[in-house]
This record gives sequence, C-alpha cells and structure tokens, in this order.
Amino acid sequence: MSTAAVAFKKDAVRLSADLRHRALIQGALSKYELKRDEKQALFQDWQGARQLAAETKWEAVNHLDTYLDQFVRGLEARGTKVHWASTAQQARDIMVGICREKSARSIVKSKAMTAEEIHLNEALEHAGFDVVESDLGEFIVQLREEAPYHIVFPAMHLTRGEIKDVFERKLHDAPSDSPEELTMVARRVLRQKYVQADVGITGANFAVAETGMVSVTENEGNARLTAALPKTMITLLGIEKIVPRLEDLALFLPMLATVGAGQLISGYNTMYGGPRQPGEADGPEEFHVVLLDNNRTAILADAEQRDSLHCIRCGACLNVCPIYRNVGGHTYGTTYPGPIGSVITPNLRGLQEWKHLSYSSSLCGACTEACPVKIDLAHHLLQNRRNASRQKPSFLQRMAFKLFAPLATKPWLWSLLVTKGGRFGQIFHGLVKGTRLDPAYVWTKTRDLPPIARQSFKEWWKERK
Amino acid sequence: MSERENILARVKEALTVAAPLPGSHHGAHAEPASLPTQEDHRRVLPLVGESFEERVALFAKNSDELRSDFKLLIDQSELVAALNKLRAAEGWTRVASHKGSLTDAACQALGLPVLLTDAGFDKTELEKCPVGISECDALVAQTGSVLVTSRSAGGRALSVLPPHHVVLARRGQLVPGLPEAFALVKQKYGADYPSMISFITGPSRTGDIERILVLGAHGPKKLTILCF
Repeated sequence: MSTAAVAFKKDAVRLSADLRHRALIQGALSKYELKRDEKQALFQDWQGARQLAAETKWEAVNHLDTYLDQFVRGLEARGTKVHWASTAQQARDIMVGICREKSARSIVKSKAMTAEEIHLNEALEHAGFDVVESDLGEFIVQLREEAPYHIVFPAMHLTRGEIKDVFERKLHDAPSDSPEELTMVARRVLRQKYVQADVGITGANFAVAETGMVSVTENEGNARLTAALPKTMITLLGIEKIVPRLEDLALFLPMLATVGAGQLISGYNTMYGGPRQPGEADGPEEFHVVLLDNNRTAILADAEQRDSLHCIRCGACLNVCPIYRNVGGHTYGTTYPGPIGSVITPNLRGLQEWKHLSYSSSLCGACTEACPVKIDLAHHLLQNRRNASRQKPSFLQRMAFKLFAPLATKPWLWSLLVTKGGRFGQIFHGLVKGTRLDPAYVWTKTRDLPPIARQSFKEWWKERK
Repeated sequence: MSERENILARVKEALTVAAPLPGSHHGAHAEPASLPTQEDHRRVLPLVGESFEERVALFAKNSDELRSDFKLLIDQSELVAALNKLRAAEGWTRVASHKGSLTDAACQALGLPVLLTDAGFDKTELEKCPVGISECDALVAQTGSVLVTSRSAGGRALSVLPPHHVVLARRGQLVPGLPEAFALVKQKYGADYPSMISFITGPSRTGDIERILVLGAHGPKKLTILCF
C-alpha cells in the first residue's frame, strides 16, 4: 500500500467508530438535507435542469480552447492582466511575484479551493507575506492550522466550544461560545484587515467566456470586500471553470446554491470583468487573473472521464456519500474529498498512489444521482480501479480470480464448497466469531455476520419447477 | 513557447478524441443541437407568477425568509417618511450614498451630511458610516435578490462596507427571474459592461459555526429595500 493509503485506512478505522464525530457530521448534514430538498422541490423540473446544466458544461469543456481564448480576450480588453500556469509551482511563483512587485505587506484572501490545491498560503507566508483567510470557516481552520474539512463548509467538524478555544488562544478574544458572538469577533478582526490589505485574492466559481468575467459565489460578503478595497486583486481559477454565456449563470447560480447549501441562491453572486473602469467610484487599480492547468489537461485527454471537469465544486456528492459521512473530510488527505475527489485525485496526483480512494466506495451511486451537472462519478470510480490494475496488475488480485474461476464455472464444486461447506462451517462459527481465529475476522471484528439462507436460490428454483 | 500556447496546445490535442455525450449514462444519446435558450431555463427554474402582484408577493415572501426588510410604498413621499423613520430608529448622523435621481432626493430629504462615493472616497471614512444608500438595476422576484453594478450603485464598496444597506427602487424595476435579470444586464450594458455586477440576496450571512445562521458576517447586518 502507498503511504497515503496506509494513512487513509488508519484514520478511516478510527473516525468511523468515533461517535462524537458521527453525531456532528450527521447533525450538520441533516439540517442541510431538509433545506436542499425543500429548494430542489421549487424547481419546475430538477432533472431537466440537470440535463441542461450537463449540456452547457459539456459544450464548454469540449470546446475549451475556443472559449478560453474568448474569455481571455474579453478580460484583456478591459485592462485585466491574464497569466497562465501549467503547474502549481508556476501559479505560486506568479502570485508571489505580483505581491512582491506591489511591495504588499498584508494580503486578504477569500475562500478558494484552487488556492488550497496549490498550497498558496504556505508559499505566500514563506515569501514573508501576512495572509489572512476572510471566509469565517476558512478563518477558523486557518487559526487551527488545519485544512478545510469540506469544500463548502470548511469548519463543519468543529463545535462552538472548539472554535471558542482557538479564538481564545490565537485572538485572545472570545466572550462566549455563541455563534453570533464568535462571528462578530471574526468580523471585527477582519474588518481591519480589509481596510489595510494591499492585495486581495479570490477564487472563482465560473468564468464567463462571452463577456470575459469571473463569477464569485459567497454568503458573507467577504469576497465582495476583498474585491473592493485592496489596490490589487488577483483571481485564481482552474481552466475548466468556463461557461459559454452570461445567461448560463441564470441556471447555474440557483442550482449551485440549492445542492451546495440548500439555498434558493447564495448571498452574493458577483461578476468581475476588470479593474476599476474610468468613471467608476472604486475597485482595484490592477486586476490579475491566473489560469491554472495543474493536470486538468490530462483529465481532458481522457475522453471517458472528461466530464469530471464539469464539476462546479458544490459538494453535493460529499454530502450524500456514505464513505464521506463515515470517514470525514480530513481522512482523504486530498484537497478535494468525497466522490469527486476520489475520481479526480488519482488523475491529478498519481493513479497508484491514490487508487485506494477509488476502492473506498460502496458504488451505491448516490453521488451520480446528486451531481447537478451529471458527472458519471460511480462509473469513474470503477474506471479508476480498472486503469490502476491494468497499469500495475496486483498479484493477490490475480490469484484470487484464479481460485474463483474454477469455483464459479463448476456448479457442483460451488455447491459442495460454498453452499454446503458454508452451512456446515456456520454450525461451528459461533465458537470463534469475532476472535482472531475466525476466518471472517476482517468482517466480524466490528459487525455481525448474517446467517446463510436455509435454502439457496438454486434449490428454490428446483423445488418451484 | 509561452505557457498560454503550451496549455492551449494540450487542450487542442486532448480534444481530438470525442467524449461521451452529456448525460449519456442517464440515457441521453443525442448531441445537443444548441445551448439552452431563455425559454429552456424558464421551463426548469422555479415558478415566478404571472402578474405583477404575484411577483411582488413572491419577492416579499423571499425577503421575509432572507430577513431582508422589504417595503412596498405608494410614492416618493412615503419613501422619504420610511427613511426618516430609519434615521430616527438607528440614530444616523451621516449617510454614505452616490449621485442618482432617487438617492439625490433621498439625501436631500434626510438633510444629513453625505459621503458621496462617486469621485473616489476614503475607505476608513466609509467604514464609519452607519448606512449606505444606493440605487439598483433590478429586483428579482424568483430569488429576492437586488441587482447592482459598480456603475448603478456607487461602486463596489458602498453596498457592502457600511453595516446597513438601504436600496431604493421603483416598481418597474421588479423582474420575474434570473433569466430576465441577465437579459436586462445584456441589453443595458452589452456594449460596455461595468467592472462589477452583483446579485445581493439578503443581508450578509454565515452558517459556518455548527450550521447556525448568523447575519452580518462581513457585509451589512441589515438590508432594507424601499420600493415605490
């Protein structure tokens, strides 16, 4: 097993038996589920909306060169400086470079998963800049020196008590553990940062090709402030964020809010097309857009899984995934957890190192049904397994199938060893059940083994005739 | 070669192989003839009502759920009265605003010192203002949103920095839904877009602590929409 797989297994075993963790996650997600279902029911045709969204992203991703070109020309026409980065390193260098050139002292950042992906904060801090996350959830996990737990709800795994503790330790300001008061502490601290910051960094949810705009979705107003006050604004986004036209957002914005957070639409949906224009009251003097590849073109080249680039990072597949709900967001050890992370991480960061994620799935298909842009997630997990074993066949797997093949092709042998043998063995199973002597120990150490049916299907079929 | 050329070359190379059609694992098997139209979007999105009254009622219902304060007023004199009531209740000693037919009249009626953002301003001063009063481009019934741009609403900061955002609107600015709002943006600004276009839906909010709703995370704690 790879080191990532060993760590994954260790944490998964620990967390799936952690009752406190389970209660927190189930509590947070059950609130979300109620709201999501309520908002989804308002759509006249939710399934129709998913198909339109899938068709729109398909068009964008399958003509990505044309749309990227249009997007960039639109931005440049209004004075935006566009940068291209093939790798995470290049993106970091570009952004550190801009901050150096501006002699920035402090930087304020609004939530961006792409920035997590390239470990931007570490790079900026290493270069000597003071970077502060402005989204409340991100601000909390930054204070705790942790990665976000969820792509939409970064601090979902924390109780108000734990948040009060970290505020006390790091900010020396935590009047009580009420969410209201803790939020106001963060508001006070961050207000100063916005006004002082020299550079504001945001991510983007969509890139509108037709008009050359980035679209940023948020609830707190922190991205709005990040894009309003500092003299320099930088937006980092993956090249797959494209939608063809401005009006496509009429479909995507309410869909993202519905499955992402159970809202009709998010608090602020803002399109930025350039720096402050002549005659405008305020806004940054300079606007930089950094377009990141970082192996997205490798996924694009795999026609079978190209639709995983349709992803709008809503988190819907995480929320319905039985694996995510049991092992939690940090266990994955990846920027993007849950089903979409298990699909794309092996393709972004190495199939053999990360293939275990594609196996940690019950293949229930809940993710595929939840996805608002119809990514075929459950099948992609299977395809990753196939690709991994094709690339590097496993000896154990081959031996298992060598033994299974004669059993499965000789009914008399199956009946003798599996049906009759199983029933016979079960008489004595009680003696060793759940102990290390049990041949089914891997299963029985944490679960019950259901009894084998008294009558097999074959026997029933014979009798019926 | 530049990185731009490198990336675009990799994209072109990747796209030489065709991908399965959208939604094919759900039984779709035809390449979409064209991108969805406004009618396609309307057909799947939530219902918005047929008449002005129904749409106003929907906007009011959404505002209520969002905890925005929406008031439908008879005329401009009621608008002035509503503003004066707010001024008294919150003890405003000055306001921030921008030049515009509705805002000019409102500021004049209030008779308080005004920080105008139009020609540039000091951001620490704006931060100290108890209220930002702005106009808007549209109100969206479907979502309870206010559509503003950097050109119509006094720039980027006026609608998010002060703790209370008051929006002044006319009845004719109510549009049924998002498709119509984007059509309006295109028709109004298509030749030369403002650098920021924003749909504001309710006061600033967060649920990041135990999924419990708190208003005024970073932006305004209160959003008042006065429409006549």
